[in-house]
Amino acid sequence: MKKRIKQLFDQKEKGICSIFITAGFPEKESLLNLVPLLDKNGVDLIEIGIPFSDPLADGTTIQQSSEVALKNGMNLLLLFEQLKELRKSTEVPIVLMGYFNPIFQFGLEAFLERCQQVGVDGVIIPDVSFELYHSHYEVLFEQFEVPLIFLASANNPERIVQIDQKSKAFIYLLSSASITGKQNTFSAEQLDAFKDVRELNLKSPVLLGFGIHNRETVKIAHHYFEGSIIGSAFIRALENKKPVQEFLQQVGY
Amino acid sequence: MLIDEHGFYGEYGGAYIPEMLHQPVEELKKAFDSYKEDKTFEAEYLQLLKDYVGRPTPLYKAENLSTKYEAEIYLKREDLNHTGAHKINNSIGQVLLAKRMNKKRIIAETGAGQHGVATATACALMGLECKVFMGEMDIKRQAPNVSRMKMLGAEVIPASSGSKTLKDATNEAIRYWINNPDTFYVIGSVVGPHPYPQIVAHFQSIISKEMKQQFKAIQRQPEVIIACVGGGSNAVGAFYHYLNDPVKLLIAEGGGKGLDSGLSAATSVLGTDGIIHGSKTILMQDENGQITEPYSISAGLDYPGIGPLHAHLIKYQRVESFSITDEEALTAAQQLAKMEGIIPALESAHALATLEKVDLKNKCVVINLSGRGDKDLETYISNIS
Repeated sequence: MKKRIKQLFDQKEKGICSIFITAGFPEKESLLNLVPLLDKNGVDLIEIGIPFSDPLADGTTIQQSSEVALKNGMNLLLLFEQLKELRKSTEVPIVLMGYFNPIFQFGLEAFLERCQQVGVDGVIIPDVSFELYHSHYEVLFEQFEVPLIFLASANNPERIVQIDQKSKAFIYLLSSASITGKQNTFSAEQLDAFKDVRELNLKSPVLLGFGIHNRETVKIAHHYFEGSIIGSAFIRALENKKPVQEFLQQVGY
Repeated sequence: MLIDEHGFYGEYGGAYIPEMLHQPVEELKKAFDSYKEDKTFEAEYLQLLKDYVGRPTPLYKAENLSTKYEAEIYLKREDLNHTGAHKINNSIGQVLLAKRMNKKRIIAETGAGQHGVATATACALMGLECKVFMGEMDIKRQAPNVSRMKMLGAEVIPASSGSKTLKDATNEAIRYWINNPDTFYVIGSVVGPHPYPQIVAHFQSIISKEMKQQFKAIQRQPEVIIACVGGGSNAVGAFYHYLNDPVKLLIAEGGGKGLDSGLSAATSVLGTDGIIHGSKTILMQDENGQITEPYSISAGLDYPGIGPLHAHLIKYQRVESFSITDEEALTAAQQLAKMEGIIPALESAHALATLEKVDLKNKCVVINLSGRGDKDLETYISNIS
């Protein structure tokens, strides 16, 4: 299996730009255009959301994109077909983000096997906790060499260290404990927490997500960590039909 | 009781939670583990159940029903609790726990409004701020309970995502909890991530604890216990202390318009394994794992999942499930009203309808009458001529 994520962090130590998109949004086939476009315009890593009827950790923007995607007929079978198509022309690292139920229904083993076949570089399952992963699912992930990417809250340093030990790709650092698309700017407390996390000297690279939506927040993320992930703000830009290049320039990607 | 270190009953349960809830859930687990053994906490809880809720609830022998079905039929009268249903047993317990944890604000989800009213009541009693999440659809359908909650000082927050019913109210409550981890989330049924199913079962187990004492006093033993199941809190309460006894346990699910109609909430028949609201259980979903909206005439039974303990008991055939249609429930409600002078909640009417489905001749049977029918009067009036 290709180590695209490792290669990325080996080649680029700072300023990793990542974008989240919901598969099947705004159109059923949007991924096929968006992924190459983002890749061409300097986005380093793409996180693709698997739409779900009940996205517990997401705010209204991503919830609604999920609803639209489901109405458009997006599902895992179709997503894997699109990914297979995409991999013919792009080597950008791709991470899938999905709640556990659709994956469980597809079959975790079948899911991981397909991930391996089509070249998915990592998986984020927000409702499979660090603990559950180790007690129930680690063996399968290892078998297919697909890393599960853990989320970690910036305000819990002890736990970040624990997670870092087991992390195989990067740590998805939550700027605060909140749902997506909820914050405008970072508080002094959050900045202190970022500083503390940076000083832990983790072995894994860290990408900061949740609340990254403009030039200022990107700058902060890239100051403290290896990179950033933008989700809701990009989905909103798609909703408003803003040209992708314009959005990327605006946020300083 | 049969729960492992990760919160699983067999293969069901667990805590499938996003990282943001790790700390609040850990905090809750610790608090519950220490207070469930704490004698002062228990004494305070039991005192409130006695003086405020009106427990113990009677175990009433329904003579007329007994004659008709040639059985010995008892009703556990949870309908006589303050606020009209078993829900208050759990709300009082969890709000008391919240108070011990120095929480200032309570949130809850509600479908028909019974759990919302019970939690608003407990918060009024103990002086805590209360926000209740309720689907926009349900707010329209259950207007009297919305007014009750408001009169009790609670804020009712409409859940406008998804299908705008109980499932979505639960999603919104969880999202609010993620954003405000210092609040205490009072879940109303034996669902949600571990330790919630265990906590709710613990507080509802008072039902079967009393039943044991009451049967002992009359020197009888139940052979069959029947309860309705949406999430399943009243059923767990009624079964809890009998799980290891030679007693048949029957559950009645909301069959809606019938199993093949596409309008049903019979999760044990129509559901498959999956994850909902933080636990692994049986739930109603499509082939892609999208959760579907169930239907039942009873707003307390139209939940797409079922508590993980029930999923486990169903899998090992410790309980037997029956699917009761809207019509069968309405008939059973009317029968109880006319024969015993008790108007049951629509949910409980499903349990009563099970009498028609199984041969109980000469058996000693107890039906958990989980709530009273005041809230359902409009439905009864428009459906029973």
